[in-house]
Amino acid sequence: MEKKLFMPEITLIEAITLALSFEMQADPSVVVLGEDVGLDGGVFRATNGLLQAFGKERVLDTPLAESMIAGMAIGMATQGLKPVAEFQFMGFIYPAIDQIISHAARLRHRTRGRLSCPLVFRTPFGAGIHAPEHHSESTEALFAHIPGLRVVAPSTPVRAYGLLLAAIRDPDPVIFLEPSRLYRYAKQEVKNDGKALPLDQCFVLSEGDDVTVITWGAMVKEVLSVGSRLKEEGVNIEIIDVATLKPLDMVTILASVEKTGRCVIVHEAALTGGIGADIVAQIAEKALFSLKAPPIRVTGFDTIVPYARMEKYYMPTEKRITTAIHQLMEYA
Amino acid sequence: MKIVDRFEVSYYQYLDEQSQLSEDAPSLARDWPKLIELYRLMVLARMMDAKAIRLQRTGMLGTYPSTRGQEAVFVGAGYATAKTDIFVPYYRDMAAVMQRGVSLSQILLYWGGDERGNIFQSTSDDFPFSVPVGSQPLHAAGAAFAIKYKKESRAVVAMCGDGATSEGDFYEAMNVAGIWKLPVVFIVCNNQWAISVPRSAQTAAHTLAQKAIAAGFEGEQVDGNDIIAVVHRMQEALKEAREHHTPRLLELICYRQHDHTTADDASRYEPKDLRDAAWQHEPIMRLRKFLAANNVLSETEEQALAADCTDKINTAVAEYQATSPQSADALFDYLYKTLPSCYAEQRLQLINEVERGKP
Repeated sequence: MEKKLFMPEITLIEAITLALSFEMQADPSVVVLGEDVGLDGGVFRATNGLLQAFGKERVLDTPLAESMIAGMAIGMATQGLKPVAEFQFMGFIYPAIDQIISHAARLRHRTRGRLSCPLVFRTPFGAGIHAPEHHSESTEALFAHIPGLRVVAPSTPVRAYGLLLAAIRDPDPVIFLEPSRLYRYAKQEVKNDGKALPLDQCFVLSEGDDVTVITWGAMVKEVLSVGSRLKEEGVNIEIIDVATLKPLDMVTILASVEKTGRCVIVHEAALTGGIGADIVAQIAEKALFSLKAPPIRVTGFDTIVPYARMEKYYMPTEKRITTAIHQLMEYA
Repeated sequence: MKIVDRFEVSYYQYLDEQSQLSEDAPSLARDWPKLIELYRLMVLARMMDAKAIRLQRTGMLGTYPSTRGQEAVFVGAGYATAKTDIFVPYYRDMAAVMQRGVSLSQILLYWGGDERGNIFQSTSDDFPFSVPVGSQPLHAAGAAFAIKYKKESRAVVAMCGDGATSEGDFYEAMNVAGIWKLPVVFIVCNNQWAISVPRSAQTAAHTLAQKAIAAGFEGEQVDGNDIIAVVHRMQEALKEAREHHTPRLLELICYRQHDHTTADDASRYEPKDLRDAAWQHEPIMRLRKFLAANNVLSETEEQALAADCTDKINTAVAEYQATSPQSADALFDYLYKTLPSCYAEQRLQLINEVERGKP
């Protein structure tokens, strides 16, 4: 009888832990650092058990200083280590932005390839978990704007596992954004085979001829749900999980939009200056005459992400997404 | 009430303002070949500095931060650091970096606006000049962690100015170096000025050295115009760092004898008498007097030394000026290890524009 590899169903956060654990086992240069990542296993438990498995030399509880975490990781990375640093929430990565933009992103360029920063900065992002202020940010566009960085956002346990492995193995700095709302939302079989998924490329989650819906992170959940409901109405949407937000795989996006002629971009981040704007601009530049209808962005409003009680008003809902798709379907 | 802690900050000086040697001076103070070499390096630094300023004034170099009057700090720092150590400089560190296998023409290339000035030697682990003030001590701490992790017997030197000690990153770096016992030596070149803001307006702390004490390790002041003290105290600190993973902070006290950079005009804020008074303590004359008093440097030797420096500088300038520019598409090189395919279009656009002579 064929021996089947045991594949337990795990959550997205467990897939993160599994990938970290696999790569630490495989590569002694991988170290994990951040606030409370040791004994506590991280505030979301992403590093659960790593201290016990790999020791305090490789799982480092840092002092509470985010710029230090980033700056230290840069110094480590230039000396052959592969640091995977955790920032507890996206709203707390801002003190580290100078280090990320001024050094991590450009050390390779600045030294004409002599020094580089193979590191990963992990952080949960997005709203909808009823957390206090600053715990619900989706400011991925800040990082996607910076040359030299990669920005990656998985949306399922399988992609979290495969993309995190790819991020750690990547020779350049990666901002790895984990949708906190999906950390424990659904379980999926994840094969712990150490196989990375490709960076710099979108994932087409479902094929359809009517409307292309482009999204990433936690919004993938709403879009998938809208997709299956619209199918009953006879509307087939093509769902693209962008996954790598920088650099952007416009080849996949344009191919889909050229096929459907209609597109919606869904992101939780605020509208103005969001990545959706850039996607629409590129569609306008390169596929304008394939369009049957003006593209629509369904995004968070241009407001501060509200406190827990008003989150429901801020986040793009299934209803908003559905309305946008119906609107597009009115164009023949 | 009870006192739970007290602290002291030591001040080190071996060769005083009158070029008199103290009784506790280290053996370096009688090592004439080494002292003559240090003297030569300081002269080279001052002449090179003057040349760089002249090149900038005549449009042949970009903005340049002068090292004038601070030669003992930078020459001493570069000299004390072992080849196998890692040097993390800030932008004023020309005189240290030139001792790290970096050619003078490469340094000019950097200030002339060419990234290739940061290549150093391909095998170098040293960091390039850091422009964002105070951000680089963290890289030094990270590199020191890697050294310790790999069980190597090396240390890291993090350089910065007095203004940088007000930055959060500076304190964060010392804090983590203290907790994790990292082999790193923090050097503050206290030249009394952060552009226009004097040391007294930077912090109410009596010394900058004492900032290390809050991070749990020793800080000391050193006469930054006394090259013997700078080299000796740094060598001691580096030895401790390599052998016992003990970090240390050295505040090297000197005076900036020039504008902040060639883009600055210190006459707007600096009392002239301050600079003139400080000039009486400048490091090159102090060592020269000492060497002369001990009859180890004749007038003829001194002239030969200066002539040699002039030759080196002229050769470097010629090399710098003969360096062909990077090709336009080098703009896209080294952004990533492998340029993502989405960049192909922009890169091609630039190449085509250059071929058509457009930009």
